[in-house]
Amino acid sequence: MSTPQTPDSSGIFSGENRARLEMDAKEIISRYPKPRSALLPLLHLVQSEEGYVSNEGIAFCAEQLGLTTAEVTAVATFYTMYKRRPVGEYHVGVCTNPLCAVMGGDEIFAALKEHLGLENDETTEDGKISLEHLECNAACDFAPVVMVNWEFFDNQTPESAKKLVDDLRLGKDVKPTRGPDRLCTWKQASRVLAGFDDGRAAEGPQAGEASLAGLRLARERGWQAPDPAATAAKADEEGTK
Amino acid sequence: MTTLTPVLSRNWDRADSFTLAAYRENGGYEALRKALTMQPDAIVDLVKASGLRGRGGAGFPTGMKWGFLPKDNPKPRYLVVNADESEPGTCKDMPLLLANPHALVEGIAIASYAINSHQAFVYVRGEVLHVIRRLRHAVAEAYEAGLLGKDILGSGFDLDVVVHAGAGAYICGEETALLDSLEGYRGQPRLKPPFPAVAGLYASPTVVNNVESIASVPSIVANGAEWFSSMGTEKSAGFGFFSLSGHVKRPGQYEAPLGVTLRELLDMAGGIRDGHRLKFWTPGGSSTPIFTEEHIDIPLDFESVGAAGSMLGTRALQIFDETTSVVRVVRGWIEFYAHESCGKCTPCREGNSWMVQVLRRIEAGKGTQEDIDTLLDICDNLLGRSFCALGDGATSSVTSAIKYFREEFTAGTHTPAWELFPYQRTTRWANESVEEDA
Ligand SMILES: Cc1cc2nc3c(=O)[nH]c(=O)nc-3n(C[C@H](O)[C@H](O)[C@H](O)COP(=O)(O)O)c2cc1C
Ligand code: SF4
Ligand code: FES
Repeated sequence: MSTPQTPDSSGIFSGENRARLEMDAKEIISRYPKPRSALLPLLHLVQSEEGYVSNEGIAFCAEQLGLTTAEVTAVATFYTMYKRRPVGEYHVGVCTNPLCAVMGGDEIFAALKEHLGLENDETTEDGKISLEHLECNAACDFAPVVMVNWEFFDNQTPESAKKLVDDLRLGKDVKPTRGPDRLCTWKQASRVLAGFDDGRAAEGPQAGEASLAGLRLARERGWQAPDPAATAAKADEEGTK
Repeated sequence: MTTLTPVLSRNWDRADSFTLAAYRENGGYEALRKALTMQPDAIVDLVKASGLRGRGGAGFPTGMKWGFLPKDNPKPRYLVVNADESEPGTCKDMPLLLANPHALVEGIAIASYAINSHQAFVYVRGEVLHVIRRLRHAVAEAYEAGLLGKDILGSGFDLDVVVHAGAGAYICGEETALLDSLEGYRGQPRLKPPFPAVAGLYASPTVVNNVESIASVPSIVANGAEWFSSMGTEKSAGFGFFSLSGHVKRPGQYEAPLGVTLRELLDMAGGIRDGHRLKFWTPGGSSTPIFTEEHIDIPLDFESVGAAGSMLGTRALQIFDETTSVVRVVRGWIEFYAHESCGKCTPCREGNSWMVQVLRRIEAGKGTQEDIDTLLDICDNLLGRSFCALGDGATSSVTSAIKYFREEFTAGTHTPAWELFPYQRTTRWANESVEEDA
């Protein structure tokens, strides 16, 4: 399946929109002792406008920081989260690092490829869904893991993952396992990464079941870390010996 | 018998655990209040005395690292928290930040005060949106409550904290690559020395510590060095997260004293999934040599795991049962290292992609008699000759898997791994379908 035509960026980096983005860029740059540290967030910012990092986006970053476009391109191409072609409104990543792969990530990735008619790194023609396999996303105790727009969908199966992408294509509200009440779009996610709050931090659970496995057992069996008073007393005793 | 010691995870079962209010109800920020009445050097000494060692993999003593900052350098000092968590199998810092971000924020304030830094950064991997929201929210709450910013708690101490989202690159977890990335460059490791303590961020004295290391500091300040070192072993003091994943009944986070064994942890996690037995496991992520059933009673502390030929690493216990092909798993890990190699040095860049070819061949049952030797030769060339520890770490699984399961690599000269170990049998749902059939 083909990737959608590269859209025209000209309107995004000119006129009023440009003025607004320049304000955002200023705010980002002001967080750092040296302006160049703002480059990664600025790339997230331009990605939040276009859904990917276009040549115009690179030129915009370069101008804000007084860098050459070659310098910015070298950075943008180093990091896998910056996309040089448009991805879907919902970017679906399946962890196929061995732990997840063995637990079923390989089957999930294969099922989604077939279901969507996509290969790795491709986008559906309607521009809704893109698919990518991921390396370990730090959620191995919830394997197999699927990420959509960098939100956690834990303990997936091929069926649950197919239903997930169907729901996304139908425009139904979809709720991550450990994330906000509703999934945001790829562009909105990129804006959060650039450092602009979307006010949703308090939504969703504090922890998943696996995160609580040890604590629950400790509560059941009455296990606790030592009482500080007791260790202090013991230290005193040893000190006087 | 070792029992669990929830400290950082103690409040995770309350729905609002990530809020400032909930954290304070459990005594949160009292350690900061206490620390601000102490001499900064006294805090460094306290952390030294506690025996806390870095929780990011290498186990370097935290207090000693802080003590390395040169006293006479007039440049600003920085604290940089490493929240890149990308070592395969490692999944402790992200749930910690999701459920209890204030433990890190309080730790940052104390550590910054101790090393006399007024600007701290948290470099979080980008692929975890909600973790980033929670952490930023906690930082904002702390500013509002006067726990960060100007004149913290009326002490005259100022500190700014910036949460910086990465953009997808495992190598940025390596501390000098992280600093390059934070400066806005490609994340490639720097030549050491100079170490970050002398010339780190913007060539200024810098401490880089893991999330869990820094989040452990408030408990040490609150409860004392003796309290901390009453847990764990003599040289591996304290508690830490042991992250169980894979073919266990109850995977998850188990906060325990260092020195706990896999046998004990498996017991707590309900054992290997029904009808199966342990085959191999990583003690500390994919960069640490694998262990087998025979290592189940080794105390999981830095010294004992090292003596047994592996590394404690990040305590990322990835557990595989007998249905799993070790060749398949090692091939997957080496594909990861090949993909994540930053390309700066030849042994790692070339060696890993070469190993991928060989391992794919072996997995497909099309290996040659020489392939095992070829793999060992490449590892020989990589280990100790790569520019950073990513290259070294890549060899771990290959050499250890050949050591313990050579026959599986030999079988790869004639039979595909998926015939020897049908892949559908390893999945999370494989057991369910067996039960349904029965
Ligand atoms: C390839 C590579 C990846 C690493 N990734 C991480 C990481 O994600 N988080 C981390 O804390 N340390 C990571 N480290 C270790 C860091 O270089 C450094 O030792 C650590 O952040 C120091 O903190 P600590 O002393 O508190 O453990 C990595 C090292 C290497 C070589
Ligand atoms: S060992 Fe690999 S990751 Fe490290 S510097 Fe060399 S090429 Fe880069
Ligand atoms: S292996 Fe998939 S999240 Fe770690």
